[in-house]
Amino acid sequence: MESYIHIIILCFLLLTSFAIVRMRDLFSIVMLMGVYGLLSASFFVLMDAVDVALTEAAVGIVISPLLLLSTLAATGRYEKKKRQQPFLALIVAVFTGALLIYGTLEMPPFGSADTPANRHVASYYINQSYAETGIPNLVSSVLASYRGYDTLGELFVIFTAGAGVLALLGLKIKSPKKSRSTVLPPSSMSRHHILRIVSKMLIPLILLFGLYVQFHGDFGPGGGFQAGAIFASGMALYAMIFGLQTTMRVFSRAWLEFFAAVGLLLYGGTGVVSILSGKNFLDYSVLSQSPTDAQHLGILLVELGVGITVASVILLVFMFFASHMTKVSE
Amino acid sequence: MNVGESFNYWVVMILMMNGLYILIAHGNLIKKIIGLTIFQTSVFIFYISMAKVTGAIAPIIEQNTEQTNLLYSNPLPHVLILTAIVVGISTTALALALVIRIKRAYGTVEEDEIQDMDAHP
Amino acid sequence: MVELTYALSILCLLVGSISNLIAGFGIFHFPDVYTRMHAAGITDSFGTGLILIGLMLQTGWDGPIGKLLAILIFTLITSPTISYVLANTALKEQPPKTANTTHKKTDES
Repeated sequence: MESYIHIIILCFLLLTSFAIVRMRDLFSIVMLMGVYGLLSASFFVLMDAVDVALTEAAVGIVISPLLLLSTLAATGRYEKKKRQQPFLALIVAVFTGALLIYGTLEMPPFGSADTPANRHVASYYINQSYAETGIPNLVSSVLASYRGYDTLGELFVIFTAGAGVLALLGLKIKSPKKSRSTVLPPSSMSRHHILRIVSKMLIPLILLFGLYVQFHGDFGPGGGFQAGAIFASGMALYAMIFGLQTTMRVFSRAWLEFFAAVGLLLYGGTGVVSILSGKNFLDYSVLSQSPTDAQHLGILLVELGVGITVASVILLVFMFFASHMTKVSE
Repeated sequence: MNVGESFNYWVVMILMMNGLYILIAHGNLIKKIIGLTIFQTSVFIFYISMAKVTGAIAPIIEQNTEQTNLLYSNPLPHVLILTAIVVGISTTALALALVIRIKRAYGTVEEDEIQDMDAHP
Repeated sequence: MVELTYALSILCLLVGSISNLIAGFGIFHFPDVYTRMHAAGITDSFGTGLILIGLMLQTGWDGPIGKLLAILIFTLITSPTISYVLANTALKEQPPKTANTTHKKTDES
């Protein structure tokens, strides 16, 4: 008998989204968004989408609520009470929902193997990918090799977002001068001994786990995006406990911007190397003699570029938001 | 129709409409961004539900087993949704940076107050 | 012998799940932040730990037992830390208390 656990998780998701609609306290809503991300990640694991679950866990549970909370610290916590009920919006939403549900009645049943989505290219990837690329994780091979252009475009998107945040919010804290002293500034949480000790135990393990996810992404769930997000969240934890100034002594703004560009350059450079060797852009067969080794090397390089850029951009964005956290009251 | 067959898709549509309702009915800009995030994640659930094959395993080739004819779930929507999650977080970050600047410029993040300030400068 | 470990793992899973369920009731039912923290913090490590131990008993020696052990250690380290942070923040922020909540003045606060 097949399990229906995913139905329970979907019901939880529905309840959470209805609660988010009705609430006015934005802080509680952000916490509910964390719960929503956790439920989505569990749902993705049940649907055998393990890479997507890892990404959703790293992004939807950690990074998205972190950025939302940083924004809430600068704006206000409560939403203003509406004067009248928006009936027109409700009618539009219900009508569109009814139309969409009517559209889904035509869809093939959930879980069947011969839907149009599961034929054509997908069977080619499942049957041929291991022989052609030599890595077991089909999602990584499709992401980095068969659909490498899309991943390059996605990397450009996240780089542009980092550049946009940089243009909008200049960093208010200047990097501290290179000083010899290792005394922490007085704003660090001197009373929170427990947090400091536990985080000193855990942050190296978090960063090590990020590296593991990066390089083991060919053989299990993982890859560049997950690794970049985990690495950035480890450093964000350090910044929250030990202060932004201390973090910027390790990762200054210039280095982070440099590394964000280096990752993108690594990815694009792999493509340009292919062009300079006479083949198409992002054709990995120029990198080595045997075809599977070439694919493996190409996938490794591009995933490394992805991981470096994602980690740098997310950490940069977090540092920009954190430096603006004092409430804007003027 | 069997409930287990299309329950996923109905939930997706209801979540999508929740996100749409938050987006168009609420005035607070941060709440609108949260509505947009709910909208995006409902689409992720839609794609991943389409990719699942009953009785299959995750799309990572099992090398140590003697079984042949193992069924794998479709890896292509997983790749698309990986891209979509990252693009979603990028747009959320940029939108939140815009909200901080709006707060600094107008002093509020409520949509109707901002429109009032724009109409009567 | 195998039957014994299987039965033990089922017992651990059941007790862990029931304690998490009771924690959910407690968070809903208790009137105050501090009492709710008791419900959440104690049962968080206890219930999750028992579930993980039950899973470890089921996998055998050549399965993901090392990963489950790592998750258990991680949960046992972070869950009390979270309780500490919540309690400290509640002490500073002074959320609304019920009539029965008293606060003994110590030297630090």
